[in-house]
Amino acid sequence: MWGCVRGFRTIALALGLFAAPTLHAEPARVVSMNVCTDQLAMLIAAPGQLVSVSHLARDLGLSAMAEAAEGYPVNHGRAEEIYLLEPDLVLASTFSNRATVAMLRRVGIEVAEFPPATALADIPDRLRKMGEVLDRGGAATDRVSAFEAALDANRSAGRGRAALYGPGGYYRGGETLAGDIVAAAGFGTISDSVGRDYGGFLPLELLVMAEPDLIVTPGAPETPSRSHAVLDHPALAGRGTARALTNRDWVCGTPAVLDAIDRLAAAVE
Amino acid sequence: MTLGVLALLVIGLFLSSLLVGPAGIPPGAALAALVGAGDGPLPIVMQEIRLPRALLGLGVGASLGLAGAAMQGYLRNPLAEPGLIGVSAAAALGAVLAIQTGLAAAFALGLPLAALAGAAGAVALLFLLAGREGGTLTLILAGIAVSAFAGALTSLVLNLSPNPYAAAEIVFWLLGSLADRSMTHVWVAAPLMVAGWALIAFTARGLDALTLGEDAAETLGVDLRRLRLLLVTGTAAAVGAATAVAGAIGFVGLVVPHLLRRLVGASPARLLPASALGGAAMILAADIAVRVILPERDLKLGVVTALVGAPLFLHLIWSLRRTGP
Repeated sequence: MWGCVRGFRTIALALGLFAAPTLHAEPARVVSMNVCTDQLAMLIAAPGQLVSVSHLARDLGLSAMAEAAEGYPVNHGRAEEIYLLEPDLVLASTFSNRATVAMLRRVGIEVAEFPPATALADIPDRLRKMGEVLDRGGAATDRVSAFEAALDANRSAGRGRAALYGPGGYYRGGETLAGDIVAAAGFGTISDSVGRDYGGFLPLELLVMAEPDLIVTPGAPETPSRSHAVLDHPALAGRGTARALTNRDWVCGTPAVLDAIDRLAAAVE
Repeated sequence: MTLGVLALLVIGLFLSSLLVGPAGIPPGAALAALVGAGDGPLPIVMQEIRLPRALLGLGVGASLGLAGAAMQGYLRNPLAEPGLIGVSAAAALGAVLAIQTGLAAAFALGLPLAALAGAAGAVALLFLLAGREGGTLTLILAGIAVSAFAGALTSLVLNLSPNPYAAAEIVFWLLGSLADRSMTHVWVAAPLMVAGWALIAFTARGLDALTLGEDAAETLGVDLRRLRLLLVTGTAAAVGAATAVAGAIGFVGLVVPHLLRRLVGASPARLLPASALGGAAMILAADIAVRVILPERDLKLGVVTALVGAPLFLHLIWSLRRTGP
């Protein structure tokens, strides 16, 4: 529906029907239903433009902007509650529930979908795209130039090989956002011996045999789980292990990754 | 004679278990690293990763085989098996509760003791329901009920957990795995498993007498209540400790006594040690198989034991149908 309005406005603009100040198609009520689009939108939206973020935006373990998200009403990513918020635009991930996105489109709501960032280079791209859909290009450009300058200043090299290892023996390789954060902090990967550029289950035995200089793990969870026990395995004791390092700054492609790079660099200095 | 052959088989499988793994270490270097020679990561892999895995395979298999043979002897029913009738599922529930409530982290034996409590509850309940006059049908129905109930509670507890990884652990608790266990798990489980074996060993003479019927056993001087108490605690300790570190692994206690009865005869006293060795051999072989089939993925042990066990279970039901219930 919004698309039709926008199309109509474009035609109207061409015909010179509207006066200049009312021309821009800035969506007035925007709802975000994904923890990563939540943060991109909070960074770029005009005051009052973003009317709701997902409940995960307030999760201290997942969202780098959990504190800021306290200022927004939350939704749970369900079509019904989002429709009742009367949004002009809904922000979702390409991995958001397909049925929900299809339902929203069917009832005439515009949905902008953002693919998850799998590299640091995706971050300026996502910021610009958010600027575009919110009609806040200026704010996005400022964020992008600040991010790119800080990233150039933070990059280092020549620190050896690091491995990202998580609960349940899940390994993340170089072709992931987290892998790119590790690379920016100056580390190579252990892909030469274990492969898995995109990550996957990695038996502890292969991790130990690869002899990484540093093993980067998340911290202990608030509620215990069996999956985390592998991180306390004696075979990892005494090796260069940076514990409690991967946190909410590593989850989404937002400028918060700069803090992740800083913390990793500080941990090995 | 049969025991000697079984012992050799277990030793061979134990050594093979040490030599099989995703890293593909040459056997000579692997065995040298096991006793401390070599440098780099090899000794750590052999001593901290492969040795506990092989030791746990041995202990878990012996526990399940022994418990299966003892339960079949006491209930005089070839279908009694810790995995099938819910004892393992109840032990898994105890273990999951211990982990989720923090009891397992609070003190070392918290995890296996909670699993023991779960297993003991299930064994006691099943003996009450199916012990005296209950036939095969009562035991299996009660077992299915206990199994489904404990499994549902395990899934519920893990789904309610705020930890995002908890729900994925349901698979481990239902199917079992020995991947990436440590010597800590060996130390935690071994005392209870050994205690359970000892308690079950004391029941051998009583179980032999019981093959003649309960009245005959009592005239022979067997204290049936004491026998039942020994079996409940022994089975619960062995299966509880095994499940706490390896998850619920089914069919071992069913397949092993069934196969060995043909070799050593039906006398429980002779079947018990043979089933312990047979169980150890079956778990070690299954654990080697999961690493040979999918060396770099965590294929669950229960998948392999069920692939072997389920057809045999069907065969058992078939022969029961022919001979009448």
